Amino acid sequence: MKRRNVIFGALAGALAATIAPITFQAARADDTVKVGVILPMTGPFASTGRQVSAGLKLYMQQNGDAVAGKRIEMILKDDGGVPDQTKRLAQELIVNDGVKVLAGFGLTPLAFAVAPLATQAKIPTVVTSAATSSITEKSPFIARTFFTIAQAAVPLAQWAHKNGINKVVTVVADYAPGIDAEKAFSQVFEKAGGKVSQKIRVPVANPDFAPYLQRVKDDKPDAVFVFVPSGVGAAFMQQFKAKGLEEAGIKLIGTGDVTDDDILNSMGDVALGTITAHQYSAAHDSKENKEFVAAFEKANKGMRPNFMAVGGYDGMHLIYYALEKTKGSTDGKALIDAMKGAHWTSPRGPISIDPETRDIIQNIYLRKVEKKDGQLYNVEFDTIPNVKDPVKAGELK
Amino acid sequence: MIATDQNLAAMNAPIGTPGKMLRRKQAWKGWEIVFWLATIAVYFVFPSKLLLMSEIAILGLFALSLDLLLGYAGIVSLGHAAFFGLGAYTAGLFAMHVSGAPLLGLLVASGVAGVLGFASSFLVLRGSDLTRLMVTLGVSLMLLEAANQAAWLTGGADGLPGMTIAPVLGLFDFDLFGRTAYFYSLAVLFVLFLVARRLVGSPFGLSLKAIKGNLLRTQSLGVRPNRRLVAIYTISSLYAGIAGALLTQTTQFVSLDVLSFQRSADGLLVLVIGGGGYLYGGLIGAVIFKILQDWISAITAQYWLFWLGLILVVIVLFGRERIAAGPRIIVSLMRRRFPREKSA
Amino acid sequence: MLTILFDGVAYGMLLFVLACGLAVTLGLMNFINLAHGAFAMAGGYITVILMDRLGLSFYLCLPIAFVAAAILGIVLERLLYRHLYNRDPLDQVLFSIGLVFMAISGTSYFMGARQQIVHLPASLQGRWHIVGAEIGIYDVFIIVACALIMIALQLILTRTRFGSQLRAAVDDGRVARGLGIRVNRVFALTFAAGSGLAGLGGALGSEMLTLDPTFPLRFMIYFLIVVTVGGTTSMTGPFVASLILGVADVLGKYYVPGIGAFVIYAVTVVLLLWRPYGLVSREAAR
Repeated sequence: MKRRNVIFGALAGALAATIAPITFQAARADDTVKVGVILPMTGPFASTGRQVSAGLKLYMQQNGDAVAGKRIEMILKDDGGVPDQTKRLAQELIVNDGVKVLAGFGLTPLAFAVAPLATQAKIPTVVTSAATSSITEKSPFIARTFFTIAQAAVPLAQWAHKNGINKVVTVVADYAPGIDAEKAFSQVFEKAGGKVSQKIRVPVANPDFAPYLQRVKDDKPDAVFVFVPSGVGAAFMQQFKAKGLEEAGIKLIGTGDVTDDDILNSMGDVALGTITAHQYSAAHDSKENKEFVAAFEKANKGMRPNFMAVGGYDGMHLIYYALEKTKGSTDGKALIDAMKGAHWTSPRGPISIDPETRDIIQNIYLRKVEKKDGQLYNVEFDTIPNVKDPVKAGELK
Repeated sequence: MIATDQNLAAMNAPIGTPGKMLRRKQAWKGWEIVFWLATIAVYFVFPSKLLLMSEIAILGLFALSLDLLLGYAGIVSLGHAAFFGLGAYTAGLFAMHVSGAPLLGLLVASGVAGVLGFASSFLVLRGSDLTRLMVTLGVSLMLLEAANQAAWLTGGADGLPGMTIAPVLGLFDFDLFGRTAYFYSLAVLFVLFLVARRLVGSPFGLSLKAIKGNLLRTQSLGVRPNRRLVAIYTISSLYAGIAGALLTQTTQFVSLDVLSFQRSADGLLVLVIGGGGYLYGGLIGAVIFKILQDWISAITAQYWLFWLGLILVVIVLFGRERIAAGPRIIVSLMRRRFPREKSA
Repeated sequence: MLTILFDGVAYGMLLFVLACGLAVTLGLMNFINLAHGAFAMAGGYITVILMDRLGLSFYLCLPIAFVAAAILGIVLERLLYRHLYNRDPLDQVLFSIGLVFMAISGTSYFMGARQQIVHLPASLQGRWHIVGAEIGIYDVFIIVACALIMIALQLILTRTRFGSQLRAAVDDGRVARGLGIRVNRVFALTFAAGSGLAGLGGALGSEMLTLDPTFPLRFMIYFLIVVTVGGTTSMTGPFVASLILGVADVLGKYYVPGIGAFVIYAVTVVLLLWRPYGLVSREAAR
């Protein structure tokens, strides 16, 4: 029994010692700016992590690591898509590594988990790959170089109504961006006078779409609107074909996630004719994009960049831009202010950061899957310029 | 397995009354004290790793709750995340809607998890190990689905942000460095460990081991195994609930992952690495697993899983008893060298 | 209605082919091989590579996937698994989950983290219209293939010399050895067959189940459910269980899409409470 007292004594002593402040030294040299990047590099969303990190790295490769007299150093961490890991890694990066900017975040909850940290530590945080509208509202230090679901879904709904589609079934993955997509699309579509006859939500984890698609088919809509996370689109596409929805005259429309450039080519001809609205296509016709695609494929064993990769590429551009503007100052407030109103020509076209919401303003393109030189591409056929996030612009409720 | 020399000592000792035997088993060994002192020393030696350490403490507590179940009562569960997650969500919702007091949150969370544990304990009384694995798994996955569907309450797949946790005891605020988080988690772990240690050394704990060893014979001794299994299942789920609540409070965020299959599997994995049935297995396993993971993934963020897998395979082929016994061998060597210092 | 039922049967049959190898190793050899899905994944990836890079036909890929996975199985069995037959089940769990981690990471290193897609030959695409129902040709193909596998397995286990040697070796290895049965060889062959079936299942199912590096973990749960619900003492149990679960899952998703994901777990729990030792079992055999 005595020994136990010893332990308690020791514990109490240690607790007392914590009150005494210990000098904390973070390893940082004055001329290095560390950028902490947290992405899901393993687990079900590993392909997101790969694309984004490749985009970030490519930008640094092309532009050198020196900005405004500082050297940029990127530290990549894997959170496996689990929010408590993201939070811990972000905290460690801030406290131990002394990072001045955070970037990445492959899923909405991962960005949510980090938002309070960004505010508390005043660390500018660039969201490159999470698409729920409300993320930028969670912290005044968050900016986004990706897209919001509504940004793509609203133009698509308008297009669909104008082009003879009157009855639609929505099929979305059952998580925040999917529900965002469902809401944005059906609100705008119904307001325009169309009819959404069914709203089906499918589990994110289990990609067996056959029963759901059978249900869609039996409902005989003009088109099915789909949102699934990047990477799951192929399975959807194949079963869409296998269930014979195409022959039944049902069109397939969706945000660009379903015809993700990363896997589009391997989907085969089943994908032909799919109409999507999105901010980036590897087939976008501009000088910037051609150079970007060529350099990206060269650096990554022929992997085609998708919208994730561009999110990362532009994210790093935004960081460089802000540092340039602050003349190398790494003050969090100064950096995030510098990001507001930034505008440049990205591989996806002209983009800018909305000074009010810190969210991205960009062109949305309507595209159709076509064959070019024996490969499948999302070929753009219409452009809606400078789209703001419709949710924050108050167009949706 | 691990407890061999402990058992040997018990066998060699002159046979006394049962009470004496229990008391002898309850006595603190030198290496145990070293272990707990080391947890405090960590604070000074690795001040930059406190966040990781508090995560280890939480995972260790979760594994400890599994150890009570598997190591002592022989019930395997692949769905313990149900209780972990329920505790996590309860603590989160409690902090958002009722009060941010952390200790109160722990109590409420453990209560709710315990109730679910009691209710579902009757499901695991029947069937083989495999059946139990699947029933527990099924229950936890249904709970995961329910949490996903009940987005109005849990935030669904978005998670549950925006809670504020008050300072511990009104004194220690959760800081960016994770100091409070670490000592808070460690203190909770230590207290619960003491309770568990007491529990498994009691006649109740011994009867559990007897049930695990031979169900029929124990029954014929007049013990009613089902009641005791229900009791330990409830206690274990209570512990898991507290672990979940700790995670919520130290990260101030809850997401669906707290209920995932991965979470249950991690807990089991950690316990298996450290070895079950002597309470320290989960803690040691958590330390090994998390540090390996952190270390390898710092080297290769993309392929760390491969090396972790390789290490697991090697551990098994080499014999995990030998590896887990490593620290204790070192300690006992040290004790031989410096015989008096620690018990002073 | 008929269409949906047919989908469910095809899905269930596929689950059976994927899981029956596990039923063999777990039920007959008492080895908890969580890495079973890794063999299935190997079969799937081999099919994708052979079809895409070498342009082999899908029909040819199926037997190759079987053989390749079986060879992989036998190599691993001889090198690693056999040391663990008499070990603690938890050791087996730890070991095989380690293998799963390595398989996931290795695949993502060599093949990338993205999904792989199998393109079915034209002869398997399309649908037949039979009495008002539409039936996918590939579904029919899967059902026929799986039924054949099921029959073959049952015959081998109950009617052949090898089958009785295997059962003897499992019941009492020492006595079997004494009778001149080469137990090690029997086990190795059985393990290879189980892995091969997984590989075949992976090749057949990659069209429906989406193939990516996390495949072994994603489907581990389903395999375990099938084997547990079915019971581990026969082949009929897992077969019936696969069918029930497949049909329940598909019907659930069709009629109540809102809670579709619940159904399979709920059915599992209910079935297990009703028959804790599996649908087909010698009561309390373990």
